[in-house]
Amino acid sequence: MSNIFLFAILLLGFVITFQIAKASEYVGILKGEKKNLEQNNRINGFLMIVFLVLGLIGVWWCNDLFKGRILGEAASDHGQKIDQMLYITISITGVVFFITQILLFWFSFKYQHTENRKAYYFPHNNKLELIWTVVPAIALTVLVGFGLMYWFQITGDAPKNAMEVEVTGKQFNWIFRYPGKDNVFGKKYYRNISDKDNNMLGLLWDDEHSHDDIVVSNTMYLIVGKPVKLIINSRDVIHDVGMAAFRMKMDAVPGMPTTIWFTPLFTTVEMKKKTGDPDFEYEISCDQICGRGHYSMRGEIQVVTEEEFILWRAKQQPNYTEVMKAKEPPSTPVAGKDSTVAPAAKLKLNTTSKLVAQTK
Amino acid sequence: MSNELTIHGESVVSHDVHIEHDVHHHHQSFITKYVFSQDHKMICKQFLITGIIWAIIGGLMSVVFRLQLGYPDSTFPWLEDILGKWAKGGKLTPEAYYALVTMHGTILVFFVLTGGLSGTFANFLIPLQIGARDMASPFLNMLSYWFFWMASVVMISSLFIETGPASGGWTVYPPLSALGDANLGSMSGMDFWIVGMALFVISALLGGLNYITTILNMRTKGMSMTRLPLTIWALLFTAILGVLSFPVLLSGLILLFFDRHFGTSFYLSDIFITSTQMALPNEGGSPVLFQHLFWFLGHPEVYIIILPAMGLVSEVMAINSRKPIFGYMAMVGSLFAITILAFLVWAHHMFVTGLNPFLGSVFVLLTLLIAVPSAIKVFNWLTTLWRGDLQFTPGMLFAIGFVSIFISGGLTGIFIGNSTLDIHLHDTYFMIAHFHLVMGVAAFFGMFCGVYHWFPKMFGRYMNNTMAYIHFWVTLAGAYLIFWPMHYEGLAGMPRRYMDYSGWSSFRQFGALNQFITDVAMVVFAVQLMFVFNFFYSIFKGRRVTSTNPWRANTLEWTTPIRPGHGNWPGEIPEVHRWAYDYGKDERDFIPQTEPLGSNEQHH
Repeated sequence: MSNIFLFAILLLGFVITFQIAKASEYVGILKGEKKNLEQNNRINGFLMIVFLVLGLIGVWWCNDLFKGRILGEAASDHGQKIDQMLYITISITGVVFFITQILLFWFSFKYQHTENRKAYYFPHNNKLELIWTVVPAIALTVLVGFGLMYWFQITGDAPKNAMEVEVTGKQFNWIFRYPGKDNVFGKKYYRNISDKDNNMLGLLWDDEHSHDDIVVSNTMYLIVGKPVKLIINSRDVIHDVGMAAFRMKMDAVPGMPTTIWFTPLFTTVEMKKKTGDPDFEYEISCDQICGRGHYSMRGEIQVVTEEEFILWRAKQQPNYTEVMKAKEPPSTPVAGKDSTVAPAAKLKLNTTSKLVAQTK
Repeated sequence: MSNELTIHGESVVSHDVHIEHDVHHHHQSFITKYVFSQDHKMICKQFLITGIIWAIIGGLMSVVFRLQLGYPDSTFPWLEDILGKWAKGGKLTPEAYYALVTMHGTILVFFVLTGGLSGTFANFLIPLQIGARDMASPFLNMLSYWFFWMASVVMISSLFIETGPASGGWTVYPPLSALGDANLGSMSGMDFWIVGMALFVISALLGGLNYITTILNMRTKGMSMTRLPLTIWALLFTAILGVLSFPVLLSGLILLFFDRHFGTSFYLSDIFITSTQMALPNEGGSPVLFQHLFWFLGHPEVYIIILPAMGLVSEVMAINSRKPIFGYMAMVGSLFAITILAFLVWAHHMFVTGLNPFLGSVFVLLTLLIAVPSAIKVFNWLTTLWRGDLQFTPGMLFAIGFVSIFISGGLTGIFIGNSTLDIHLHDTYFMIAHFHLVMGVAAFFGMFCGVYHWFPKMFGRYMNNTMAYIHFWVTLAGAYLIFWPMHYEGLAGMPRRYMDYSGWSSFRQFGALNQFITDVAMVVFAVQLMFVFNFFYSIFKGRRVTSTNPWRANTLEWTTPIRPGHGNWPGEIPEVHRWAYDYGKDERDFIPQTEPLGSNEQHH
C-alpha cells in the first residue's frame, strides 16, 4: 500500500514540475526572448556562485566526517611509503583542484551576459600555453619521481631474511602454506589436488620437502617486525590478496605465481589498542571478482611476536602427517613411531631469533 | 528537397527554387525513411534513441543493486515480483547482484557512451559541419546502426536466459568468464555477451571507417583541416582510436570463445574447480594475456568515450561565451597527443596483476604524461570563459558542469596512475569514484550538452528550458554527492564489486554513507527520467524553432534549412572562407564560416 502511495506522490511531483515548466515556457515567450534569456541567465549565474560556495563547504564537511574512518597509520613499512605518496599527491592535486574549480565557477558568475557585456576576442596566446604545459609537466614529474622511487623499493627483491608464506586463493577462501623446518616448499601439481583427501594444494608426497609443510586455512600468522614474502597462487580463477591495513595487494593468478613482500609493524594486539577497537583484526579481502562468493572471501592475519609464532607453529600438524594419519587403519599405534613425522620439537629457528633449539 | 521533411518546421527561409540535381527528390516509404534509412540524420536519431533506451535499462540496474548496497538488511518483495528466482525472498542472490553490476558496466560503457554518444554525434555533425551531403558510404552507415541494433538484441536476450547474463564484471576476465562451472553467468550468458560484443565491434568499425573517410575526403571547398570545428577533430580522433583498438578486443574475445568451447588453453592453466572437484586439462595459458588484449582496447575505449564529449563541450562553450575557443591549435594538438598516448598506457590497469615492475614503471611514466594534454584542455576551457559574454543555455550549463566534473575525476586519475598508490587503491571504491566521475558523469554531461544544443537542428523544436535547468542542477549536485564521498571509502581500502560489507570489520563503517549514496542515486535517476520525458515530449510538442541559426553560431550546420532534408543543402553546398570561431571579432557578434575574408582580415 505504501508503495503505491509513494509512487503516486512521485508521479504527482513530476506532473507538477512539468506543468510549471510548460507554464514558464509560455511566460517566457510572452516576456520576449531577450528578457527571458537575461532573467534565466541571472538565476543560473547566481546558482553558479551558490554551487561553488556550497561545494567548497561540502568538500570540507565531507572530509571532516570521514577523515576518521579511513585507515589510521599504515601497519607496514611499505604502507607508510604509500601513505607518504598519498599525502604528496593530495597536496599537489588539491592545489590544482581548488584553483581550477574556483576559477571555473567564479568566471561563470562574473562573466554572465549583461546588457553592456562585450566578449573579449582572445583566440590564442602561446606564452600561456607554454606556461600551463610546462608547469603541469613539472608537477607530474615530481609525482612520477616519488612514485617510481617508492615503487622500486616496494616491488624490489625481498630481504634475504624474509619469511616465506605461500598463499593460495580459491573459490571462496584462502589457504596458507608454511615451508616447515627445512624452509623449502615441497613440490606440488594441481592435478594432485583432492579436497576429500585433505590435499588442498596438490602437494607431491614423493617430494621429501613436502612432508613438513604446514597447510592452514583462513588465518595467516606473521611475525611483527620481520619481513614476509608472500608467494601467491590461485586454484581456479583470478583472486587478489588485499590487505588494506598494510596498503598491500597482489593478484592471485592460476598458473602464474606472483609475489609481494612487506614488514608488519604492529601486532594485532597493538592494533586493537591503537584503533581503540577491541574487535580489530587484520583482514584479507579478495580484490578481484571471482564469482558468487567474492564478497565473503575473508581471510585473517594474526601479527604476533616471534615467540607466539613459534608456539603457534609448533601446534600445527604438517599436512602430510594429517593425510597419513587419515590413511592409517584405526587400530595402529600412535604417531610417535611414524618416521615421516618431523620430530615436533626440533625446531630450527632463524638467525634473528634468540630462542635456542630445543629437543624433547 | 522532399516536402515531407519540412512539414514540421515553419521555416522562414525562402526556398531556393533552383533545384540541384544533387538533391534527392524521390518519394520515400516509411521503411526507407525511418527504418532502413541511409540518411545520416536519421541514423543519428536511431543511435540516440537506442542509446537512451539502453541508458534507462543500465541506470535502472544500478538503482537495483544500489538498493542492496544501501539497504543490505532489507528485503523488497516487489523485487521478487520482477526478478523471480534472482531475488528470492525479496533479496538479490549473489548471482543476480554480480550479473547486474556486470551488465550495468557493459551497457553503459559500450552501448550508451560509445554507440549512443559517438554514433549520435558523429553521424549528425560530420556531414553537416564539413559541408557534405551525407557520409562517404550511406549504406555502410546504415549497416553500422543495424549491427548495433543486432548487438543490442543479443545483449538484451542474455538477460532472459535460464543461467543468466554474464556476471564476471564488465571486464570479463578469464578464467572466471571461461568456466561455467566456476560462475553461473559464465555459462551461456557469456556466449551471448561475446556474440553481442562481436556485433558491436563490427558496428563500431563500420561507423569509424565511414567517419574517417568522410572527414578526410568530403570536406567542402575551403574547409581545410585547420578550419574544422573542434567537434570534427574530436570525432576524427575518436574514430581512429576505435578502428585501431576494437579489433584487438575482438581477437581477445575470439580466443576466449575458443577456450570456452574448443579445448584451447590461451588463458587457462593449472585449474582445479572446487564445485566439481575436477582438475582441468588445460596448461600453459595465461590469464594475463587476456588482460593485455582487453585493456589494449579498454584504455582507448575510455578516450573514445571522452573525446567526443570534449569536442562538443568546446564548441558549445565557444558559442555561448561569444568568443573563440581559446587555443584552437593547442586543443587540436592535445587531442592528437591524447590519441597517441591512449594506445601506450593500457597496462596501468594491470599494475597489480603480477606484471614485471619495470614494465609497470614505463606505464606510470606514460600515464602521467597523458595528464598533460588533458590539463591543457581544462586551462583552455577556463580561458574561453574568461572575459566572455556567457549565455546560460542548457547546453552551456552542461558544458561548464563537464569541466568541473572532468577536473575532479581527472585529478583522481593522477592518484591511481601512480603505481605505488594503485597498490592500495586498485579495485577499491576510489577506482569506482574516479571512472564514474569521468565516464559516468563527465561524458554524460558532454552528451547532454550536445543533445540540448543540437536538438533544435535535429527536430526543429526546442527542449523545455525549465526542465533542463532542473535536470542540470540536480544532476550536478547529485553526482558530486554520490561520488565525492566514495573516494573516502576507497582510501579505506573498501573493495569494489562486493555485495555486502557487514561481515568485514575493516569496511563496515560506511553503512550510513552507502545508504545516503543510494538515496541520492534514486533522485538523480528520477531526474534523468524527466530529461527523457522532456526529450520525447519536445520532439512533438516543443516550442518551434523560427530561425535557421538560433544560437548565432558560425558552423555550417546552421546554414541549412531549419529541418534539412536529404542532401542537407537545397542548393549548392556553401564554400568556407574562415575558421569556425570568429565570435566577438571586430565588434561583430559572429562571422559565419561561409563569409569571405574582409580586406582587413588575415587568412586563417
